[in-house]
Amino acid sequence: MSDTRAPLETLPRSLNILLALALLTLAAFPFVGTDYYLQVVTRMMILAIFAMSLDLLQGVTGLVSLGHAAYFGVAGYALAFFTPAGEPISLWWSLPAAVGVSALLALIIGFLVVRTHGIYFIMVTMAFSQMVFYAFFDNKALGGSDGVYINFKPEAMLFDLENKTTFYFFTLAMMLVVYLFLRRLLWSPFGRALSGIRVNEHRMRALGFGTFGHKLAAFTLAGALAGLAGYLWGAQSGYVNPELLGFHMSAHVIMMVILGGMGNFAGAIVGAFSFEYLLHLFKDLPEIAGFHLGKHWQLWMGLFIVALVILAPRGILGLFATLLKSKETGHE
Amino acid sequence: MSKTYDLLLSAHKVTKRFGGLTAVNEVSVDLKLGQIHAVIGPNGAGKSTLANLLTGDMPASSGHVTLKGQDITGWTPEKISRNGLGRSYQKTNIFRSFTVWDNVRLSAQSRSQPMPFNPLAWLQNADAMQDVNQRAERAIELAGLKDRRHALAGAASHGEQRQLEIAMTLATEPQVLLLDEPLAGMGVAEADSMVQLLLRLKSSHAMMLVEHDIDAIFTLADQLTVMVNGTVIASGLPSAVRADSSVQAAYLGEDH
Repeated sequence: MSDTRAPLETLPRSLNILLALALLTLAAFPFVGTDYYLQVVTRMMILAIFAMSLDLLQGVTGLVSLGHAAYFGVAGYALAFFTPAGEPISLWWSLPAAVGVSALLALIIGFLVVRTHGIYFIMVTMAFSQMVFYAFFDNKALGGSDGVYINFKPEAMLFDLENKTTFYFFTLAMMLVVYLFLRRLLWSPFGRALSGIRVNEHRMRALGFGTFGHKLAAFTLAGALAGLAGYLWGAQSGYVNPELLGFHMSAHVIMMVILGGMGNFAGAIVGAFSFEYLLHLFKDLPEIAGFHLGKHWQLWMGLFIVALVILAPRGILGLFATLLKSKETGHE
Repeated sequence: MSKTYDLLLSAHKVTKRFGGLTAVNEVSVDLKLGQIHAVIGPNGAGKSTLANLLTGDMPASSGHVTLKGQDITGWTPEKISRNGLGRSYQKTNIFRSFTVWDNVRLSAQSRSQPMPFNPLAWLQNADAMQDVNQRAERAIELAGLKDRRHALAGAASHGEQRQLEIAMTLATEPQVLLLDEPLAGMGVAEADSMVQLLLRLKSSHAMMLVEHDIDAIFTLADQLTVMVNGTVIASGLPSAVRADSSVQAAYLGEDH
C-alpha cells in the first residue's frame, strides 16, 4: 500500500543494486572511453549535481523554482573572475568562494521569494533569475553577451585537473558526495520537516515548525549546490556565458528532475544523464524531405517528456521501481 | 516544570470582520486547567473562525488573546504552537501520503526541531531522536492508533483519521487544546472512546471543544458558550445555559 503519486523516497533493493552497478560502470568508464566521451559523461555528472540541487526544492520541499540556473551560472562566473589572466587559481579557496557566492545570492533572493506560494513562487523565482541574466548580458564589465573565458583550470596541487581523466574522477567524487549528503539530509529532522512542508505546510505551521526558515535554508543550500555544479561547468568548459544563467537552463534542469523522478536524488542523476543522452539523440535526427528533424530537437524532447509524465508520473526511476517492486512482491 | 497557571488561555473581546460581515463579534472565552469549555452554535456561527483567531491562523480585527499570561495577539501560528497551544481541525488536516506513525513522529519532532541553518543537524538521523520517538509513542497510544502505525494516513478510515488528528496534536504536548469537532462523522463506539480519551486528558489540559454532539457536550463540558451569528448569546455552567430561554429558542430548542 503506497501512494502512487507521492515522490519516491525509498527505492526497491533490486533498483539500488542496479544503481550501484551503474556507479561501478561510471568508475570504470575512463579506462575504456575516449577523451570525447569522457568529457560528455563529465558534463552529465555536472548536470546531475545541478539536478540534485533542484530536487531538494522541487521533489523534497515542493518548491518549483523556474530560476535555478541563476545560482548555477553565478558560480561559473565567480570562477571566471577569480582566475587571473596568466595563471591558474587554487581550487581550495576558489571552489568554496564560488559556492559561497551562489549561496549568498540564493539567501538574498530566497529571503524575498520563499514567502510566496504556488504559481507566485514560480513567477518570482523566474523574475529574479531574469534580472541576474540581464545584469550579466547587458553589462560589458561582466562579460556582456559574449561571456568570459577561463584560461586555466583550477590548480589543486594534489592532482591535475587539466588531465581529463582526473577531472572526470574529481567530478564523479563530487557527484557521489553530494548524493550521499542529500540522502542523509533527507532522513534528518531538517529533511523530514521539508517533506512535511511539501505535503501540508499549513499543518506544519500549526504544529510549531517555522516553515519560512526551513524553506529559506533549503533554498540557500540548493543554491550552493547548484553553484558547485556551475563552478565545475566553468572549469570544464573554460568558458562562461549568460546562457548558463538563463531561462532555458532553468527549464532544462526542471525537465531533468521530472524525467528521472523526483524526491530521491538518484532520480535527478538518472534524469540528467537521460536528458543529455536524448538531447544528443534528437539533435542527430536526420533530414527527411527537406525537414531537418534534428534542428527541432526541443519539440521531440517536449513530446517525450509529456508522454513520460502521462505514462510514468514518477519518472524513469519511478517506472523501474514500480516494475521491479511488482516483480519482488510477485516472488514472495 | 515552569509555573502552572490556572487560567491558561484567555480571549478578550476578539472580533473578526470580513469586509462587511462580522464573523466573530467581541467574543471572550477563558480556558482553565482541568476544564473543558465547549462552544456550540449552528453552522456559520463563527466557532471555527474563533478557533482560527486563537491559534493565529487568522489575525483578529480587534481584541486580544493571552496564553499563560503572555499576550499572543498577532503571533504566528508556529510561535503560538510552540508556546503550548495545540489544535485539531474540523476538516481532517493530516499528511496524507505519510504513514500514521510518520504523521505522529513528525508532529512530535516539532518540539525538538534543530535550527534550519544548522549544518550538523542536516546529518542527524530523525528516526534516532529518542525524545521524539517517546513522545510520538505516547501520543499514538493515547489516541488508540498503536496497531495502525504502518497504515498510510490517507487510506485510513474516517474515524482513524480523526484519532490521528488528536494524536498529532497530543504529540506536541500542548497545555491548551482546541478541538474542532473531534467527534464529527464518528460511529457510536469510536465516539465513545474519544469521549473517554477527552475525559482522561482533562485533568492535565485546558480544553476548548467545538462540537455539535449535544449528548457529548453535556457529558464533557464544565463551561458552555453558545454562539449565534458571531455573537455569544449565553455562557456559563451547562445546566444554566440549558435553562436559558434565548438559547432554547435559538439552538437547543431544535434538538429538545
